[in-house]
Amino acid sequence: MQIDLRTVSITPLRQTFNHIADRLGGDKAASRYIEATMDVQANANFHYRPTWDPDHMIFDPARTAIKMKDWYAFKDPRQFYYGAYTIARAKMQETAEADFEFVESRGLAANFNAAAKKTALEFYLPLRHVAWGANMNGASMCAYGYGTAITQPCLYNGMDQLGIAQYITRLGFTLGEPSDLDAAKKAWMTAPQWQELRRLVEDMLVVKDWFELFVAQNVVLDGLLFPLAYQHVDNALQTQGGPVVSMLTRFQSEWFAESSKWVDACLKVGAGETAENKALMSEWTKKWRDRAVKALAPLATQALGAQGDSVMAELTDQFNARCNKAGLAV
Amino acid sequence: MDMKVAKKLGLKERYNLMTRDLDWEPSYQAKEAIYPFLEYEGIKIHDWSKFEDPFRLTMDAYWKYQAEKERKLYAILDAFNQSNGHLGVTDARYINNLKLFLTGVTPLEYMAHRGFAHVGRQLAGAGPRVACLMQSLDEIRHAQTQIHSMSNYNKYYNGFQNWRHQHDRVWYLSVPKSFFDDAVTSGPFEFMVAIGFAFEYVLTNLLFVPFISGAAYNGDMGAMAFGFSAQSDESRHMTLGLEMIKFLLEQDPANVPIVQRWLDKWFWRGYRVLTLVAMMQDYMLPKRVMSWKEAWEIYAEQNGGALFADLARYGIKPPAGWVQACKDKDHLSHQAWAVFYNYGAAAPFHTWTPSAEEMDWLSSKYPDTFDKYYRPRYEHWAEQAKEGNRFYNGTLPMLCTTCQIPMFFTEPDDPTKICYRESDYKGDKYHFCSDGCKDIFDHEPEKYIQSWLPVHQIYQGNCFGPDADPTSPDFNPLMEVLKWYKLEFGQDNLDYEGSPDKKNFEAWRAQATKN
Ligand SMILES: [Fe+2]
Ligand SMILES: [Fe+2]
Repeated sequence: MQIDLRTVSITPLRQTFNHIADRLGGDKAASRYIEATMDVQANANFHYRPTWDPDHMIFDPARTAIKMKDWYAFKDPRQFYYGAYTIARAKMQETAEADFEFVESRGLAANFNAAAKKTALEFYLPLRHVAWGANMNGASMCAYGYGTAITQPCLYNGMDQLGIAQYITRLGFTLGEPSDLDAAKKAWMTAPQWQELRRLVEDMLVVKDWFELFVAQNVVLDGLLFPLAYQHVDNALQTQGGPVVSMLTRFQSEWFAESSKWVDACLKVGAGETAENKALMSEWTKKWRDRAVKALAPLATQALGAQGDSVMAELTDQFNARCNKAGLAV
Repeated sequence: MDMKVAKKLGLKERYNLMTRDLDWEPSYQAKEAIYPFLEYEGIKIHDWSKFEDPFRLTMDAYWKYQAEKERKLYAILDAFNQSNGHLGVTDARYINNLKLFLTGVTPLEYMAHRGFAHVGRQLAGAGPRVACLMQSLDEIRHAQTQIHSMSNYNKYYNGFQNWRHQHDRVWYLSVPKSFFDDAVTSGPFEFMVAIGFAFEYVLTNLLFVPFISGAAYNGDMGAMAFGFSAQSDESRHMTLGLEMIKFLLEQDPANVPIVQRWLDKWFWRGYRVLTLVAMMQDYMLPKRVMSWKEAWEIYAEQNGGALFADLARYGIKPPAGWVQACKDKDHLSHQAWAVFYNYGAAAPFHTWTPSAEEMDWLSSKYPDTFDKYYRPRYEHWAEQAKEGNRFYNGTLPMLCTTCQIPMFFTEPDDPTKICYRESDYKGDKYHFCSDGCKDIFDHEPEKYIQSWLPVHQIYQGNCFGPDADPTSPDFNPLMEVLKWYKLEFGQDNLDYEGSPDKKNFEAWRAQATKN
């Protein structure tokens, strides 16, 4: 049926849902992010306990030692709900696609400095496995976390990591051959310089406290690995052979800059809540930082040679400064 | 040269390198520590690599397609909202379908999101993990696009405004809530059979086709848009569900009886939830698409029949409740709407008796049952309402412990007799609406004795606000429960006739259509 409606202005009965109005302190127009996020997770009268975790409710704030009066304090400064998220990523993938296309169509990979190419393949390709672990950890944080405000971006972040693993794989296709992926996987499994990192990643896969996992993955490992890989190693390769690798890894460097804003916001909120949270989060950060620095050091040396150690020292200082600025004491 | 190499890889091979090959055999941690939930259900998986990827989407392609769909969807929603599209629906009775949807179904989309994140982390195969995580992402999309498209209705109509609060408390909303709570608290394989297969594959058409076509038939471009936009997601989910069931059945013959029991259970659980859809189709859409019975015959009897014929080669039989569900198709919607009409004071949407014309439609669609069993009841109520005695039942119904629906279903072979079943467990008596629900309980009593049954909770005094005083002489338990539900009496509930929704809609529509 089709009715011709004139444009009339009618007065709404209300601006938003009641639980949103309670959040906003009154009945006001709410953004799509807010309506799609706040209190969307059920928090009461669950019918049954998980057969796979009978000590907890389906969603249970006690799955982490971090305590919050209101878990919805963890708002995402990017205001990502699904639509905003996919549209932001679609733009980034369009740029990435153009970069890959450019490198491939101009034959830039074939002309890329051979030594730089070798370094790039050996350094970047095993990182696809690290990103795969990060994908699993994002799923964990989303599944076992508390409150849509933080579980939602945890899944987005995890899926971004799957995308990153796939972009690294494509870098392998573009810069090398499928056999380079095999060689990289072999290095990941057996080469001594990769074993501390693989051990670290596997150990993260069994962390039960999801907020500790957030710290270990999103704060620490990403916080050290991305600047190493996509600033320092990239810069060194650029000096050696031009911007080919920068183009093939642009997604990762843009992503890290953006995602860090969200991670920092979470640190501020979590650590700012109580002294206990701050102490616990700082302790986790230090524990995982020391392991991550140790795991990344041989790789920094592999890619940067003699510079490796000083770069790791510089990165660690910057990382500590970032964490302290976000309210931790590390 | 590099290009040639990339091109030489087949699509499947390339996708493999983009997903499964990212995985590795851990050696610093035991597999059982990384995937701790794969043993206890008794399912045996020998080779995860045998799982065939149901679709091959890399993240860049996912972002691109989904963003395109989101842009289009929100453009439609914006246009619909700006032009007061809600005034173009058949009549404001239609909007009650949306209230039922937002309070009953949207929260389940969200649960699916979290549930698939959980199994997408826990399954030990890289292929199914990726597929499940994409579904997790899709499901938050569904929850959010539904919230956004209902958000505009919430501005003008009553009964949407407390959806979150009510889903976790109101008596009939515990039916869909307990359904999904049941699924996510099951083991990861049962979840995949329950939601991935039984719900997404076998029953989903019975939920979405009537709802989306109902929206289209009744002039609701907003709801229609999110429904259509979700369809390509749904087809991915269906192929995942089907692949998963075949994978489980092919991995080990010992899996077959386990899967069969899950199919029996989840067919019945899902079918009971669809009771709400049946009444929506036959009673709540001002302009009807097809009757529940017709939908059942097409989507269950024909399509489902073909599916189970196909699964017979694995030794799978049609679900245990299948025959009864087919018998019930002549009764389900009439009995359900009668109950909601009865309890029209206790639900945050409006109810009504069908008009004379609508009753004729029901007679024609249900020639064997409507005139004989149900018309007299509705005519009597309509008569009473005309005389100013609109009937509201002020008592509380007994609920089935498993499906949590009030005990109103009749015996499969006697539509004049309410069906009661019971079981004794650890000294307590539990009541059920059907053999199907009793069987489910008997198999897992420790699970279902935990049920948060709304009526029991009311009697136990758990559903009153902090300021309620049960000792005061004028204490009205029903009114106190409704307050606790955040249900505005006289605004959100009662008959459609006389409701603010009806009055507002008619006034606004007149304003928008007068020359
Ligand atoms: Fe969905
Ligand atoms: Fe039941």
